Amino acid sequence: MAEVSVRDVSVAFGAVRVFDGLDLEVSSGEFIVLLGPSGCGKSTLLNSIAGLLEVDQGQIWIGDRNVTWEEPKDRGIAMVFQSYALYPRMTVRRNLSFGLEMAKTPKDEIERRVQQAAAMLQIEQLLDRRPDQLSGGQRQRVAIGRALVRDAKVFLFDEPLSNLDAQLRNELRVEIKRLHQRLDATMIYVTHDQIEALTLADRIAVMQDQAIQQLGTPSEIYNRPANRFVAGFVGSPRMNFLDGHLEKDGGETVFVAGDRRLRLNGYAFERRPEPTMKVSLGIRPEHLIVGDGGNCRLDGLTVDMVEPMGADSLVWFRDDHVSLGVRLSGETVLREGEAAPLTLPVNQLSIFSTETGARL
Amino acid sequence: MSAVAAASVPTPKMSPSGRRPKHVTWGRIGLYAFMISVALFFLLPLWIMLLTSIKTMDEIRLGNILALPDVMTFEPWIAAWSSACTGLTCEGISVGFWNSIRILIPSVIVSILVGAVNGYALTYWRVKGANLMFGILLIGAFIPYQVFIYPLVRIFSTVGIYNTLFGIVLVHTIFGMPVMTLLFRNFYASLPLELFNAARIDGGGFWTIFTKVMLPMSTPMLIVAVILQVTGIWNDFILGLVFAGRENLPMTVQLNNIVNSQEGEKLYNVNMAATMLTGIVPLVVYFVSGRWFVRGIAAGAVKG
Amino acid sequence: MAIAIPAKAETAARRRLAWRQLPAAIALLPAAVIVLVVYLGCMVWTVRLSFTSSKLLPKLDWAGLSQYERLFANNRFLISIENLLVFGFLFLAGCLVLGFLLAVFIDQRVRAEGVFRTVYLYPHALSFIVTGLVWQWFLNPTLGLQKLVRDAGFESFTFDWLVSREMAIYTIVIAGIWHSSGLIMAILLAGLRGVDDQIYKAARVDGIPTWRFYVSIVLPIIRPMVITATVLLALAVVKVYDLVVAMTLGGPGIATEVPAKFVMDHLFQRQNVGLAMACATFMLVTVIIVVTPWLYAQYGPNSQAKGR
Repeated sequence: MAEVSVRDVSVAFGAVRVFDGLDLEVSSGEFIVLLGPSGCGKSTLLNSIAGLLEVDQGQIWIGDRNVTWEEPKDRGIAMVFQSYALYPRMTVRRNLSFGLEMAKTPKDEIERRVQQAAAMLQIEQLLDRRPDQLSGGQRQRVAIGRALVRDAKVFLFDEPLSNLDAQLRNELRVEIKRLHQRLDATMIYVTHDQIEALTLADRIAVMQDQAIQQLGTPSEIYNRPANRFVAGFVGSPRMNFLDGHLEKDGGETVFVAGDRRLRLNGYAFERRPEPTMKVSLGIRPEHLIVGDGGNCRLDGLTVDMVEPMGADSLVWFRDDHVSLGVRLSGETVLREGEAAPLTLPVNQLSIFSTETGARL
Repeated sequence: MSAVAAASVPTPKMSPSGRRPKHVTWGRIGLYAFMISVALFFLLPLWIMLLTSIKTMDEIRLGNILALPDVMTFEPWIAAWSSACTGLTCEGISVGFWNSIRILIPSVIVSILVGAVNGYALTYWRVKGANLMFGILLIGAFIPYQVFIYPLVRIFSTVGIYNTLFGIVLVHTIFGMPVMTLLFRNFYASLPLELFNAARIDGGGFWTIFTKVMLPMSTPMLIVAVILQVTGIWNDFILGLVFAGRENLPMTVQLNNIVNSQEGEKLYNVNMAATMLTGIVPLVVYFVSGRWFVRGIAAGAVKG
Repeated sequence: MAIAIPAKAETAARRRLAWRQLPAAIALLPAAVIVLVVYLGCMVWTVRLSFTSSKLLPKLDWAGLSQYERLFANNRFLISIENLLVFGFLFLAGCLVLGFLLAVFIDQRVRAEGVFRTVYLYPHALSFIVTGLVWQWFLNPTLGLQKLVRDAGFESFTFDWLVSREMAIYTIVIAGIWHSSGLIMAILLAGLRGVDDQIYKAARVDGIPTWRFYVSIVLPIIRPMVITATVLLALAVVKVYDLVVAMTLGGPGIATEVPAKFVMDHLFQRQNVGLAMACATFMLVTVIIVVTPWLYAQYGPNSQAKGR
């Protein structure tokens, strides 16, 4: 158990600056997920923490040690890779024990740790096989096992489930979560899959353009996205956005898009909006209500398309200006071409400045 | 006073931050030392060859093989080119140079075209028995020339093409066929089959598809093939020796004759100039082609 | 009748298919002729001639194994075989070790990597004739390396391998290694560059020392490349001819004779076709012994490289 602290770190590849003064504090025993599209810098950050990449500026602390100049093996970390990175032509047992042998760990201690890790991951019967005789899921279990035997304080995962098919991914996700509960170790987990992020994380750091856009619990990230990027990136089906501007109407703030006016009574502004400011109004598909129920009404929309998705349906409404997806549980009786009023609860809205993208 | 005060402030122990200071390790030094020594070992013969070729014989006899010449002379190069003796005649290695060129150009073109057509036909047109033929061809690539040479000489002299330019071109085409065919077969097999199918649906025939669709796409492989064949055929010794005939002896054979069949005093400077002249063509190909040469090696290595 | 019609249509369709493939068949005809006449015909002919008593001209009699008996009683041939083994072993070992070391070192993110690579590989662009002649010049005792060292003050220094019966074969080994280890470096380097970067990272996290990483993890991964390189070199060993002709002409005496040269000399100078063909057949068998297991591993039914 150890906290991880990334302090004012900059990394550059030649002339290309990847991070510029990035900070991240991970508390001991926390499960933190770095989430973002490819190229956002999440893997670079993870590699810097692991020591596989030298930082150009700043410090990295693990526990109460400054490990900025330490070799990866001395940082008290273990790492699991996307491509499993098992040593081919070595048995599973040897894959697990090789690093310990190099560290001159006593034989019986190696044996004990290998057995323990194998039992924890239920791979005892695979110990004498070679990686090419294993399935993808089994290989990733072995890779996790190799991390476990290191007895590390911090576990780093670099998109560990991306090479697996959907069902295995779900299984192993649960496994990793259980592992975290049992080991109580600090885990830093990189992924581009928001489901993984939302299900696993204590806190998520959403990254884009080499910077952390928002750091928060899954619920904060989902319900109160800090900016328009986070709002659009997290959540599937995607959040709906309406572009327009704000107006003052008496004491009330009103959102205006074309001839549509929505009164924003009850919306908790994080900062005082300037009047007549251009904004995007975001609303998640499951928060839109067909018929009454919300305190804000959208008229004049007709059903454009119905996408049944099993447990629920996604119904697309549109008029000449906007297209909105609405998530309804179960099958719906709505038919294409039908007109229906939509309402929305103002307190579920997110409003972003068009100019900066920041949440208002 | 203020200076003293500043000096007496205890500086906090610097905490590691940023890039790790670079330490030159002994391992690193050893690594470079090894690599540079090997590089020198590899360059040494080239250096000696060049130096010897611009020295006078007196200097060679008295001086140091690695020393720069006191008097630089290009006489040996001129002599090597135009008047060095190969056995009976003394016309220099230029004869061999032009012979090699005459052999090289048709051999390279024909062998590559044959290889491209074979590779294309093997990949896209399922001709009965073609794969068996290809298998035998591949195995043939491994077998030393000595196994084929004698019967081939008999056949060639019966047909009347032994010791002719046509004969040597044909021989290069025959022995270049396995690698060239493999090269193009692998390349065409890596292209999407849809491309060929689309061309078929558009009504292309065997030759139309080859010349209009496949050949224009083959530029990378053509470059690799040209590099492989130019260096291979230029460097060939044994086939030229056996099949080219007195009139067409290629440069490598002439060079060996100049150096190894000299009577009396050996003119080392002329010999080395002739050796340089023979080595220049593949060296230029090598230095100009760079990574393509390595690609050629990789392609050839698949064949083994 | 009702059954006959579709059958007829089918044969017609099949005929049309065959007809459409006619240009392809014609295009492959020259290759087919060459395979039949040269690769199969000449090979069979050579083997057949090794069982005849042919001298200057080929005869198609049957002399049993008499040429082979003569061959294995022939001192020159026996020396050739011995040389082939000595040269083969040292050349293979030298090229593989040096090539692997160079590839690994270049893989260490060295400066001027391109320069090193270019220097190591350039000898491979040169012919064996040029290689042999340069080394012959450099190693000749009167004016070459020996004189260089003696002039530098080491009066008693002797390096006369080139003209020594016992040592001449080793000069050919040196020249051969100089010529071919760059090739091995290029092949193995391509292999190293293909190793998953994440395995390298995993090994760093595990704290595996660099040399151990290359020996225990990378070497097994690039094993196919190592095998290919070994086969390539082994074939070069069996074929070695030009290098010997240029460097020593088989001398001093017959100290550096090799089988390929044995065949050529007995064909074109000594007019002993039967014996030459017996030696050629011997080379053929050697190559088959080297190549068959490799081909089987590479392209056989259980190959890992399938679908490549």
